[in-house]
Amino acid sequence: MDERGEEMTGFRIVKRKPLPGWARLVIPFIAIIFTLVLSAIPILVAGGKLWKSYYFLFYGALGTRYNFLETFVKASPLIFTGLGVAFAFRAKFWNIGAEGQLLAGALTATWIGISFAGVPKILLLPVIITCGFLAGGIWASIPATLKTKLKVDDVVSTLLLNYVMIHIMGSLLFGPLQQPGSTWPRSSEIVEAAKYPMLLARSRFHLGIPLAFFTVATIWFVNEKIVFGYQSKAVGVNIKAAHFGGINTTAVILRTAIISGGLAGLAGVGELCAIQYRLIMDISPGYGYSGIVIAMLGNLHPLGVLFSALFFSVIIVGAQTMSRMTGVPYYIAEVIQGMALMVMLVFLLLTEYKIKVIRK
Amino acid sequence: MIGEILDIVFITGLIGAAMRMATPIIFATLGEIINERAGVLNLGIEGIMLMGAMTGFLVSINTGLLWIGVLAAALVGMILSLLMAFLAVYLGLSQHVSGLGITLFSTGLAMYIYRIHFGSPLVPPIVEPFTQVEIPLLSKIPIIGPSLFDQYVLTYIALLLIPIIAIILYKTHIGLKIRTVGENPLTADTVGVNVYLTRTLSLVAGGALIGIGGSFLTLAHQNMFLIDVIGGRGWVSIALVIFGNWDPFKGALGAFIFGFLDGLQLRLQGLGIKIPFHIFLMVPYLMTIIALVGVSRKATVPASLLKPYRREEKGG
Repeated sequence: MDERGEEMTGFRIVKRKPLPGWARLVIPFIAIIFTLVLSAIPILVAGGKLWKSYYFLFYGALGTRYNFLETFVKASPLIFTGLGVAFAFRAKFWNIGAEGQLLAGALTATWIGISFAGVPKILLLPVIITCGFLAGGIWASIPATLKTKLKVDDVVSTLLLNYVMIHIMGSLLFGPLQQPGSTWPRSSEIVEAAKYPMLLARSRFHLGIPLAFFTVATIWFVNEKIVFGYQSKAVGVNIKAAHFGGINTTAVILRTAIISGGLAGLAGVGELCAIQYRLIMDISPGYGYSGIVIAMLGNLHPLGVLFSALFFSVIIVGAQTMSRMTGVPYYIAEVIQGMALMVMLVFLLLTEYKIKVIRK
Repeated sequence: MIGEILDIVFITGLIGAAMRMATPIIFATLGEIINERAGVLNLGIEGIMLMGAMTGFLVSINTGLLWIGVLAAALVGMILSLLMAFLAVYLGLSQHVSGLGITLFSTGLAMYIYRIHFGSPLVPPIVEPFTQVEIPLLSKIPIIGPSLFDQYVLTYIALLLIPIIAIILYKTHIGLKIRTVGENPLTADTVGVNVYLTRTLSLVAGGALIGIGGSFLTLAHQNMFLIDVIGGRGWVSIALVIFGNWDPFKGALGAFIFGFLDGLQLRLQGLGIKIPFHIFLMVPYLMTIIALVGVSRKATVPASLLKPYRREEKGG
């Protein structure tokens, strides 16, 4: 990249005619393929054999029944955080706090799950899910209120609140929530009635997975068919116009934030009640941050989020096998996520603009 | 306990610790101020710091030369900032999302490279870190002497950079260019300033400082690389830029206050108070948010921050 050459034989970015609908659908897939091709560089740097690595990446995620189902298990929290981030971004509420909201949900689920022994599952689970949603939502309502009432930048406040929540969790896990007798920062196990039912034998395919698919449909419905979904989008497109059009933008941003945080909270509930059964410090390996990539790659559309969450869980699950078989560090999954986001950004740009080379 | 807190050794130690904890944040805050003054919010900061921390550590351990490590951290900060410039300045993509992309990418990359190089040993490798350098005479002044003048060289550099960057921004032609492309790029372009190049170079310069800030954490503050070594200090710096109203002195003051709280919580933990230490760890972040609440309504944001600049079709 020769920055100085820019002036002489520069390129200019100009608007292009809108692309047909099918092209918009195809572009994310091209972006994914391009990302996978780019991934060859870090794989080669790590000394991995290229085809073997790709083979085990996909074999690890899709090759056996267990791993195939495990891909859905991993997708569940990613769908929730992805949907949450997408819903907020659509309204230009920059919620980078899905990680903290997820933890808020997990924390609440833990508290209810260890406190209410003797309540039947049919009653306890809906309560846990509702409260987990509300906990994430309330946590997200703080930055939303700071933004609308006090003009505090939402990116910064949501990010910082992630760390506040991590330390709230740490305080509780070294304090009142700590398992009696344990020296580790971990809670007691939740009661049987608080656990998500497993839906398929010999797997971890749990209630949270169909719940995630159902939530995709619900958010799609809210986005497309409900006045609030329209208002939320209108605020994102042009907040001033929305205001003059009679929309109470403050209320819309607050509600959008609550739904967004609530969805992330559900990711935490699922991880706790279906996977870990007890709260630990690393209950989330960054699902909240992955949610940002997934939302962008999915073009903020619920179906897009679903597909990109599935794609990323293929990468995350597959990378474990690939790492074991080829010695390429597992962190390749995170490198690919980062690259995918940037590639997708560039490709999205190309749907609206074209790059014109200018020679003088 | 009050007696212990008011103890002179305690206070001297606390101010010294505050200086050390503030150092990486001063570097990062100054770097981000340069970025944002030129109109680019660099949310890649957290990832760039982590890459700086990792690269500095890796290069130092291999060369045995700590300063080469610091230089490498600066270089990697510059390279990642060039990537940021490509996305956010030349292509004019959303600065929010580009920056987050850089952070996610850098975070993965830092761990990836670390693992390639070191594998996953049971005991993390360590480097012989920087030692504090006493400034003769000045370090003999009671209380402030041992705390301010017995510090790492990087800390002295950070302190010197505060006025230097203020002078560059406010008193030089380069600073005027930087501020103009951040306030009104169209005007800058009209008078012949290359907006793209100025923004890119500002990003690169800031990136170098951000990278060095990260390396302080693995080469002086600690002597090993851990994945959570940055622990949100990049995000704190973003907040401090707002807190400091895009001014190097006020931003550095914020960094010092954050360092003070960070040092204080460490020392209170050391006193053996029976409260989970996570409550102390939370305080600096909480205070940063509260500080933001206090200043955000009257903040004077660079007018063209977050706005990509695109020349009209026929121009140039």
